[in-house]
Amino acid sequence: MFKVLSLLLLSVVAVFAAGADLGAGTKADELNVPAIIMFFIFVAATLGITYWASKKTKSASDFYTAGGGITGTQNGIAIAGDYMSAASFLGITGMVYLKGYDGLIFSIGFLVGWPVILFMISEQLRNLGKYTFADVTSYRLQQKPVRILAALGSIAVVILYLIAQMVGSGKLIEILFGLDYEFAVVLVGALMVMYVAFGGMLATTWVQIIKAILLLLGSTFMAIMVMAQFGFSFDELFRTATEIHSKGEAIMSPGGLVSDPISAISLGIALMFGTAGLPHILMRFFTVADAKEARKSVFVATGLIGYFYILTFIMGFGAIVFVLGAEGGAYLAEDGVTLKGMNNMAAIWLAHAVGGDYFLGFISAVAFATILAVVSGLTLAGASAVSHDLYANAFADGKKVDEKKEMMVSRYATLGIGVAAILFGIAFEEQNIAFVVALAFTIAASANFPVLFMSIFWKGLTTRGAVIGGYIGLSSALILVILGPVVWTSILGNAEAIVPYKFPAVFSVPLAFIAIWFLSITDNSEDAQRCKDEFDAQDIRCQTGIGSEGAVSH
Amino acid sequence: MLFYTPTIGLNLKKEIIVDKNMVEKIKANPSYQKLVTERSSFAWKLTITILVVYYAFILLIAFSPETLGAKLVAGGMATVGIPVGVAIIVFAFILTGIYVKRANTEFDGLLEQVKEDVAKEMK
Repeated sequence: MFKVLSLLLLSVVAVFAAGADLGAGTKADELNVPAIIMFFIFVAATLGITYWASKKTKSASDFYTAGGGITGTQNGIAIAGDYMSAASFLGITGMVYLKGYDGLIFSIGFLVGWPVILFMISEQLRNLGKYTFADVTSYRLQQKPVRILAALGSIAVVILYLIAQMVGSGKLIEILFGLDYEFAVVLVGALMVMYVAFGGMLATTWVQIIKAILLLLGSTFMAIMVMAQFGFSFDELFRTATEIHSKGEAIMSPGGLVSDPISAISLGIALMFGTAGLPHILMRFFTVADAKEARKSVFVATGLIGYFYILTFIMGFGAIVFVLGAEGGAYLAEDGVTLKGMNNMAAIWLAHAVGGDYFLGFISAVAFATILAVVSGLTLAGASAVSHDLYANAFADGKKVDEKKEMMVSRYATLGIGVAAILFGIAFEEQNIAFVVALAFTIAASANFPVLFMSIFWKGLTTRGAVIGGYIGLSSALILVILGPVVWTSILGNAEAIVPYKFPAVFSVPLAFIAIWFLSITDNSEDAQRCKDEFDAQDIRCQTGIGSEGAVSH
Repeated sequence: MLFYTPTIGLNLKKEIIVDKNMVEKIKANPSYQKLVTERSSFAWKLTITILVVYYAFILLIAFSPETLGAKLVAGGMATVGIPVGVAIIVFAFILTGIYVKRANTEFDGLLEQVKEDVAKEMK
């Protein structure tokens, strides 16, 4: 095991060396030495953690949920880390930089789902589930069809999300470290498979916690540096920013982001219920000891995420002043308008503007770490769906599966997902991938969330209602996104989208709920009666946690 | 069937089997009934509060963006929308704090009561 890890560390060095050689002859930028040194320290530390975690990961419960031994505060930081992905660090700062106030609207949409998760599902999940959210949805329904639906919903979301992360990370690393795109994607894929396959949830959680703390510290430093230049006066910051930005004072007000109420509401539904249906977020509620720790996790996570979004707002305005307004357009591409590298680089160049080369190196390494931590969580969620939901439950036909075998399957699944992520990452390099995040959130909101919600709260839910209703949610999400502006017009090149909404959740979510309800109330089978009869016992466990403690100990 | 090893009270190491009989008993337990009704009504009230606040904000942006774009103080640069936006973020966090506080004290107290009653039933 230790040999494998040191071998990997060596191969990382080799990849960098090879990347540097190739990079010199091809298009990649010059190597960023401080960034690479700091990145090495991070990789060495996280591989050390993985080695430590691998010694402690013996049972399936250790692998999937770190044995339920993560504290509420630790889990809250890890959840915040999952949410503070490279996309939100770079994306939201970049949006504030480009559009000003509209960036804040987006972050508020991302945040308000969290209180709802706390009030409605966090404790319930902890009390009813064991390793995956399908444990909850299949609690009193028929195992096989419900598990297959949940696994498909999970894997679809995981793969889509991974594609977005891999492509984004490949491009980012290409710019930051001067590595070739393919090398970057393979490196990210290899490291995430190592963390997950050997270290399980324990390593995945600690990698996420370390990265979240580094990211929060780095962002806090940038925000303070920005504010210090203006004597901590927001008015002065805003005044200078509006003088520099081409949109002038318009950046201080809502702009075109939310143009019509239906798309605004639809976006809100997708973000809010989508968050409550993301498998890599839901699985974190099984890593804590009980409902009390689960609720503490959300409290900590909401606070940290909210704080982080306020920082991104300051960083975005800071970037207008110090990046856009830098002397001689130092951070601008040749056209003198867009940023060097890609559009989302505002936060990165701001790091250089306020902290010099070494701080740029630090933030680059943190951005890389962010990608690694988030893809690891996604991979673990996907692997759990394969090994726990499909292998150990749906296809075991009621037979008890050996725990060792189940863990083997999840490790192979980890490897399989890693290879798939690398291949997709390379295949989608030049593709327009804007649709994948919209699709992932819409599927999570339309297929995963309605079944989960109804299985917890509605006595009348039957297997037929959950399964067919869930598939209707899944397929309507898919169809509406394909007919929407991101796929139908941007990718397929049609003149006008048939469905004018990027996030069609306002249609697909109610459709799923109505289908689940209607197909359940018209279900008169014997099994339907059994599902209803078993609700009371489920509800007692859901409300009190009686039974869930025993389920975790082994 | 649910199994529970109670750790409260006198170190009882007896498994509680939540069978049909026990389901009925727990449902009839006054502490349990109080826990379920109060917690769910509280959770719904807080959920509706955050939804109303968020969608009011969204509708304001959609129908009356100039309200949020108005200057906070004459001659200043900050607009009304900025403190409003930050306030929604802070408000969301405060709501989670309010829920956690009440759950940790009142709801967990009721829950302990239910568990004690159940443990007694099992003797």
